[in-house]
Amino acid sequence: MSAISCTDLCKYYQQGDAVIKGLDHVSLEIDQGSFICLSGPSGSGKTTLLNAIGGLDSLDSGEISIDDERVDQLGKSALADLRLYHIGFVFQAYNLIPVLSARENVEFVMQVQGVSATERKLRSFRILQEVGLEGMEDRRPAQLSGGQQQRVAVARAIVSQPKLVLADEPTANLDSASMEKLMAQFRELNRAHKVTFLIATHDQRVMAWAERHIIMEDGRVISDELQQTS
Amino acid sequence: MALPVSAMSRLAWRNLWRNHRRTLIMLLAIALGVWAMIFMTALLRGMVDDMVKQGINALPGHVQVYAVDYRDDPSVTHSMPAPDGRLLKVLNGEQVKAWSSRINVPAMISSEYANRGVSLLGVDPEGEWTLGLNPDDISDGRFLEGADDPGIVIGRKLMQRLETGLGKRVVLMSQDPDNSIAERGFKIVGVFRAELESREESFVYAGRDVVQDMLGIGSDISEIAVLGYDYRAPEVLASIIRAVVSADREVLTWLELDPYLATMMRVMNGFVLVWMVVIFLALSFGLVNTLMMAIFERVREIGLMRALGMRPSAIVYQILVESVMLLILGLLVGNLMAVATIIPLKDGIDISAVSQGMEMMGASSMLFPLLLWPDLLLANGVVIVLGIITSLLPAWRAAQFRPVEALGRT
Repeated sequence: MSAISCTDLCKYYQQGDAVIKGLDHVSLEIDQGSFICLSGPSGSGKTTLLNAIGGLDSLDSGEISIDDERVDQLGKSALADLRLYHIGFVFQAYNLIPVLSARENVEFVMQVQGVSATERKLRSFRILQEVGLEGMEDRRPAQLSGGQQQRVAVARAIVSQPKLVLADEPTANLDSASMEKLMAQFRELNRAHKVTFLIATHDQRVMAWAERHIIMEDGRVISDELQQTS
Repeated sequence: MALPVSAMSRLAWRNLWRNHRRTLIMLLAIALGVWAMIFMTALLRGMVDDMVKQGINALPGHVQVYAVDYRDDPSVTHSMPAPDGRLLKVLNGEQVKAWSSRINVPAMISSEYANRGVSLLGVDPEGEWTLGLNPDDISDGRFLEGADDPGIVIGRKLMQRLETGLGKRVVLMSQDPDNSIAERGFKIVGVFRAELESREESFVYAGRDVVQDMLGIGSDISEIAVLGYDYRAPEVLASIIRAVVSADREVLTWLELDPYLATMMRVMNGFVLVWMVVIFLALSFGLVNTLMMAIFERVREIGLMRALGMRPSAIVYQILVESVMLLILGLLVGNLMAVATIIPLKDGIDISAVSQGMEMMGASSMLFPLLLWPDLLLANGVVIVLGIITSLLPAWRAAQFRPVEALGRT
């Protein structure tokens, strides 16, 4: 997957008589292996942009290409396959399947992909260990804290080795140590496997990890700068 | 893409039990519906089966052979020779469970006080036993002891009508081939009772040889009654017999001889299906409602699965698997309930309180539920097939959720 190209994206919402601009002529080019933070006030369009790139939401106008393939023109099944094999999502609300254990939630995407049981088990145990949830594999979401649930969601997003990770406030419920550990993990994946990260966040500490910082406001990109990282 | 079957089943099973109460209520509804389907069908089958068997016993046999004009005029004029050659070989073959040749002519029976029109049956008692005559039906005295037995056996109701009794003498009068009166005196050696009083009034039994002698017809007979192994498929037996009889013989199945019974059986088959579908339709409202509620409670989760890469068709499969699991559980319980309530009734249900009404329909006053494998399979098949069809709409609705909207639901 070489690049994400967003050209003149527009998405509008009707709220009573008012028209809310979710995305207002947004254009971006993202190289493979980028590590990008997306910030801005609430309602600035961060989540809308992530949903549009991930094929979760439709656009009113504009084009999105991932690896030269027009995402905005794909059908439901093709979009599902795109998300399944190439994109990992970390949602703002952790969104775990409540009747599955932590391990089963992590394995879910791999099962749909058709990964063998042995491989699934190996990768899920390893990833849960890496996010600090060793020993909690068989707990259901209701038995986990908010931060633990978020870590399960992160584990699920990256265990299937996607090329692109779209994360919406992934560290919202994490303490500092867990946040640092998670961002280090993301960075490692980014450097070692050229996984592209697009992270929407309010957290300045998370922004410090990014090599590129895009600021949005009222559906527009108002700043797009490279920055030094450690 | 979709989950593997094992993972899908596990997820479906756990989702079923997220709301124990709702699932148990729906299970109970399905089980009761299935029980009603199978139990009522067994009762109705038993009743119709009894009617058919009563009718076949009255004929008797699954197939009968006559001279061509006999049914229009059942007199000695239309007698036929006793079976021989190829016909005899077939009658003694493996397709035939039992057979007997009989005289069956209209006659007048007279006692010292009264007389009645009856059907005089000249029989070989050996043959009658094999055709289904029940020894318990002889309520007084004995049955005939041979084709040359000089006695007569009449029905209990007829005996009352004639104001006569066991050991008394009656006179039977009919016509011979020359249209002269043929008559003979008989001693009543036995009295029979039947489930249908009309039968007790209509038939009298005498030895075949004695009746042949009385009528002057040598060894000729009126009919050959043939019993096969399955009353539901008499045409097979009939076609084998037709192949070996001459053109002046008529070979008829009980379906043709008693069209009322035949219609009753056909209507019964259709009614069973209609009954099952109606019960299921009543169930289906609850099933759809249960599924819709379960789906709307999990909109966000369904949106998540779509976001993670499950295709809309996989969502449909997932919902259908849940529905099928619920149906199968309900079927298991319902089938067990049905069998558990039918088996104790194997000795019959006494409905003699409405025996006269039952007799009008040709049924006896004991009702024996009859559980047939095809009915069991049909009930289960109706529930599964219609259940899947009914579940398609909720499943399709679930698959249509837009991921971003579904994820935004609380």
